[in-house]
Order: sequence, then C-alpha cells, then structure tokens
Amino acid sequence: MSDTSKKTMNMIEAINSAMDVMLERDPGVVVLGEDVGYFGGVFRATAGLQKKHGKTRVFDTPITECGIIGVGVGMAAYGLRPVPEIQFADYIYPGLDQLVSEAARMRYRSAGDFICPMTVRSPFGGGIFGGQTHSQSPESLFTHICGIKTVIPATPYDAKGLLIAAIEDNDPVVFFEPKRIYNGPFTGYYDRPVEPWSKHEGSAVPEGHYRIELGKASVVREGQTVTVLTYGTMVHVVKAVVAEHGIDAEIIDLRTLLPLDIETIEASVKKTGRCMVVHEATRTSGFGAELAAQVQERCFYHLEAPIERVTGFDTPYPHSLEWAYFPGPVRLARAFDKIMKD
Amino acid sequence: MQRPNDNLAPLHLHVPEPKFRPGDKADFSDVVVPPVDAIARPDEAVKPADIHPLAYGLVRVLGDDNQATGSWNPGLDADKLRLMLRKMLTLRAFDDRMFRAQRQGKTSFYMKSYGEEATSVATTMALQRDDMCFPSYRQQGILITRDYPLIEMMNQIYSNRGDKLKGRQLPIMYSAKDYGFFSVSGNLTTQYPQAVGWAMASASRGDTRIAAVWCGDGSTAEGDFHSALTFAAVYNAPVIFQVVNNQWAISSFSGFAGSERTTFAARAIGYGIAGLRVDGNDVLAVYAAMEWAANRARTNNGPTLIEYFTYRGEGHSTSDDPNAYRPAEEYAEWPLGDPVDRLKAHLIALGEWDEERHLALAAELSDEVKAIQKDAEKNGILGHGLHHSFETMFEDVFEEMPWHLKEQCEQVLEEQRDKFGSEWKAQ
Repeated sequence: MSDTSKKTMNMIEAINSAMDVMLERDPGVVVLGEDVGYFGGVFRATAGLQKKHGKTRVFDTPITECGIIGVGVGMAAYGLRPVPEIQFADYIYPGLDQLVSEAARMRYRSAGDFICPMTVRSPFGGGIFGGQTHSQSPESLFTHICGIKTVIPATPYDAKGLLIAAIEDNDPVVFFEPKRIYNGPFTGYYDRPVEPWSKHEGSAVPEGHYRIELGKASVVREGQTVTVLTYGTMVHVVKAVVAEHGIDAEIIDLRTLLPLDIETIEASVKKTGRCMVVHEATRTSGFGAELAAQVQERCFYHLEAPIERVTGFDTPYPHSLEWAYFPGPVRLARAFDKIMKD
Repeated sequence: MQRPNDNLAPLHLHVPEPKFRPGDKADFSDVVVPPVDAIARPDEAVKPADIHPLAYGLVRVLGDDNQATGSWNPGLDADKLRLMLRKMLTLRAFDDRMFRAQRQGKTSFYMKSYGEEATSVATTMALQRDDMCFPSYRQQGILITRDYPLIEMMNQIYSNRGDKLKGRQLPIMYSAKDYGFFSVSGNLTTQYPQAVGWAMASASRGDTRIAAVWCGDGSTAEGDFHSALTFAAVYNAPVIFQVVNNQWAISSFSGFAGSERTTFAARAIGYGIAGLRVDGNDVLAVYAAMEWAANRARTNNGPTLIEYFTYRGEGHSTSDDPNAYRPAEEYAEWPLGDPVDRLKAHLIALGEWDEERHLALAAELSDEVKAIQKDAEKNGILGHGLHHSFETMFEDVFEEMPWHLKEQCEQVLEEQRDKFGSEWKAQ
C-alpha cells in the first residue's frame, strides 16, 4: 500500500479506508457499534473490516448508546483508541451523559491522569426521507461542550484525512458524517439525478495514511463579494447556487467546528465585507449563532450588511415536507439577494 | 358518559414509604439473617443459573459467637486480619478528621463511609494490586488499603496547591491511576459501562488484570447500570459489579430503587450472570465474595454482581441531616452490626487482639492522621489563596490549548490585574 497512490472513492469508501488504515497501523484502534461487524454497518462504512482485522477489533454491540460510548470511555482509559459508531446522530442522546460528563472531562477532571482518545462517528443530516429520527443535525449540542472536538467533512478526501486525524487525536472527537453526500455531492435539487463522487475532485483519495489537521477550514471557492461559512452537505448546495446565480462568493468549508479556524474566517470577512452562515440544523442556538457572534466581534467595522443566517427551521425534521424544510436553492438565493442589496 | 370499566375498583398508585420515620421506634425484626453457610460456596466455574438462591440469601462467615466458620471462610491469618482492621480504623480516623475539617470551614464538602468500611477495604484486599477499581464516591477505603498517601487525599479535599487534580474536582473525587483507582465522576453509575470497557480491553489484549466497580443501591436505577450488565454478559467481561446497598440514597430509602420486590443481587439473574448477596458488615464474607468473583473473572468464567447488605451509618454527606428523614437510632438497632466492631470481636475471640491494643491502635492512627493533616494544611485550605495558578483553569480541557481558551485565559489574568492592581503577577 503506497501513501501516494490515489483511488476514486465515495465518502463511505473513504471513511472505511480511514478506519482500515488505522486498524492496520495502531493495534489499539477498536471499532464498535450496532451492526458494524459481520454486516459492515447499515451505511456500509465498516464493510470488510471485521473480516480483515478480526472480531475483537471490529464488533457488533448491544443497542445501548450509553453502553457503547461508556464502554468506549473505559477502553480509552485502558489505553485503546476506540472508534464507536452511533448508527444515526439522532440516536446519540442516550449516550450524551457519557460524552458530556465523562469523555469530555476526563483529562480535565483527572488532571491528565486519564485521557479519552475516542472518536464517535455518526451519520447526520437529512435529505434522505428519514423523518424526524433519522435526519437531525445536533452538532451545536457538541460544540457547546468543553472538551470535545466536533468535525464534519464535506468530501471523501477530507473525510479520510480528518477521520485519521481524529482517531490519532488524544482528545474525544465527535465526527458527524453528512449522509446525504455519502454517495455523491448534492446540489440541493432533489429532483435532479445524483452526480457521483467520481466527477468531483474531492473523490481522489490516497490509499494510505494521511492527515488533515483538525481546526483548519478549507476555502473551497475564492470570491470577493460575500463570505459564506458552511460545512457538510451545505458546502455543495451553496457551491451550486453560487454557480447558478453567478455570485462572486468566497465559500469556506469549516471542516472542524471546534476548535474553529477563526483566522481564515476573519481574513475572508474583512476582505468581502459580507458574511452569510449556512447550516441545515435548526436555527435558534444553532452553530450559526456562534459564527455570527464571532464575526461581529472581530469584523464589525468591516461589515457592509447584517450577517445573514440560512438554516433549517425550528421544527422537528418533517417527513413529507422535507424539501420545504431543507435550506435549499430557493432559501439561499433569497438570502444572497438580501445580503447583496444591503 | 358510561365507561366500560366503571364497575371496577379504581386504580391506585403505590409510592414506597420506609417503615420508620423520625420519632418511630426502628424495628428490624423482619430482616432475615440466615445462619453462617446457609448456602455453601460453589465452585468458581459454576453456571450462573445454578446459583440463583445465592442472589436471595446472605453470605456470612462471622457467626454470633465471633468465630469464622463454613465453606466461605477465606482462612485469613491473624496478621492479615489485623491489617484489615488497621485499614478500616485508618479510614475511620481519616473520615472523622475530614468531616471535622469541613465543619471548621476548611473545605466545601466531605463524605464519610461510616458503617460500610468493609465494602471498600476487604474488597480491595481480595483483589490484586494491579486490578483496576472504578469507585463511586464512598470508596476512599480503596486508596487507603492500597497505601495511597493520605496527604494527597487531603490536598485534594482542600483543593490546595498540592492537589494533584489542580483544585478542579469536588472534594473526595480522587483520581489515582498508578494505584488502580479510576477518576471519580460525581454523576452516578457512569463508571459501570466504563469498567466493562476497561475489562473488555484487558480481555481483548490477553491481559490478566480484571476490573471491579462499585455503585450504591439507589443508582442501580440508572440506565448505565443496565447497559453495563448487558455488555458484560454479552462479552463475558472480566468485571465484578458491586452494589453497596446501604439502604439510603440521600433521603430516599432503597424501596425507590426497587428493594420492596427483590434483592439487588437478583438483578444479575435476568442478565444470566452470577449474583451474590453478602453480609456487607462481615469483613470475611465480603473478602470471600470478592475473592470468589475475582477468581471467576480471572479464569474467563465471567462477570459477577455482588450486593453488600449494609447500612449508611451517617448522613449522605456534610450537606445532609439524616435525622430529618429516619430515626436516629437506626444504626444501633441494625442487626448486622458494625464492621469494625465485628472484626475486632473476631480477633479477640481468636486470642489475637485485646481492648488495650485496640484503643492504642485507634489513638495511634488518629494522631498520625492529625499530623498529616497539619502538613496538608501547609499547602493551603479551600478559599485561602494557596490554589493553583489561574492558567490551570484552562489547561487539560484539551491536550493543546486552542485559541479561544488562550483568549479566555488572558481575560481572567486581566481581571485579576483589575482586581488587585497592575502590579499583580500570575503565580
């Protein structure tokens, strides 16, 4: 296996490859979760890993997220690097106490006596007709917790490099995978055919080990008139809208929500003078509120218009009205119109 | 409108109530204390399904005649018994001094383990030194048994500049990895799945170390307890679950955790793991149960759940007044007695101890604890300036401090300069 040879991968394949590489390199890495073993996961993220690395390294668990994450904390205390999967982000809540009160504070409360190098992977976000229990975006709950890093990739290349960095990190990481774009980037036009990852430059993924440093954003499109701060599925939706309407926007894919790459954000907003924040999660107390606060604290005198937030609505994720809920091309176009008029 | 069941007696909601409240005469005559060896010690490789009666019985070794008999008798020599007594008396002396220190305003909080010392001291003696303990908040006896320096415990209680936990944790929430003592959480029973994870890791690595975990009767109601037992059963994890049933969860009696219907040891039965109910004030029974469970775990025979039937002799913590919800004389009336008194009586019955030596030992330990306390207080007491530096508030949130914490750290230093003048310097 060469570190430089590249292969076309979709996001699932890239995530699978990251775990495969880490299971190979570090005997302490353990993958556990509901259906992740023999079957290879409901989204196939762990396909083939048990067969290759054995049942004590990659295994199925009982259906108790509290147990899965709690056991992970104990394995980390022993010296392993557990990578639990929570099958849907919507199911993470029974494990929240183990994340918030235990994993996140282990280093602090024991003054480094015990640490928790654990990466909790979980598919999140909507756009797959998952209804209110298979579509949520709870990332801001985790950015609010001190002691956890929150990471969200938007391409196969980033997914692999970020997941390897997360697994190698000595602190707990919540790694949310935008499941709508597992198989291909999404323009926001749900009624158009899905474009496969193979047509996207982000699908060229090295087969071996590489890292993308946590806490570093990626400028996915340079522009002069407005800065768009976004992550996950929405990176691709924003890109499509910007191309369609010929907007000279600078699009920043945050990649890591916490620690936040404030330098990249600040430099961009000071250059463009406008800032739009886009996420699929509900609006009130969403991560966009934090971004807006940070930007106005640092760039207030550079702003030529109020910061615009484009988000999901403050309702549970509806099943039949999914596309009316989703912050798609129409909502984005209206927001661009507004911010450019101001 | 006529409803279909109008002819039935109305439903009513059962809300448990303890038998006695302040002013009532405590009467424990209904507590069944079976004779020593009522159920013989089974082989350690026994199938859990073959020992269900042990989950409802009461393993005892020390009889009313203060002699140790029966198949559960671990056969400890007099030196080991005296060491056990010494550890329990040290714990008692330590608890007394630290409780008093809290009352003197030297710290914010303390929790004694009066009446349930056996469940942390005898258990730890039955484990190997490198086995991993996942305590709840009343197992300071583990640290004392493993010779953790008392001054380190006091520094933690005072949150002073000697505190290895940098003044971050509520008093008594120790962490001592080198002593096989996991960081105490404060959120209840979270340590249960963690102990299982540690044990699974040990098993998956072909290690020989096992994990032991403690919780109280009240906190068996937490979901973590049941997640942990499920995981341990599924993977046959080398872990020992212990429920210190001291019958009180702050002011709520054990009925609110389900004790009106069954024993805590019987929780094991539904999970298909071994369950033992033990006289928690009989140090030899506690030792024997732990030894049995440890041998079982270490030979890949799986997890065990042990319930220690005991009684919380004092308040939940320094913030609690038990006289507000239970009769004051309950502990005196309690039929299983006091663990220290029973071990002392046993040693005297063996001709290996006497009242004079006992008094002398208690006095020696009390003086020793007092002297250590003086040294600890040289490092400061809570709220008197000798704390860790302000920067330490921001350290260890992450391995490396991110920019936003650096900014906040600078802010707190500026606030100190505003407060104390521009001459002020960070320690």
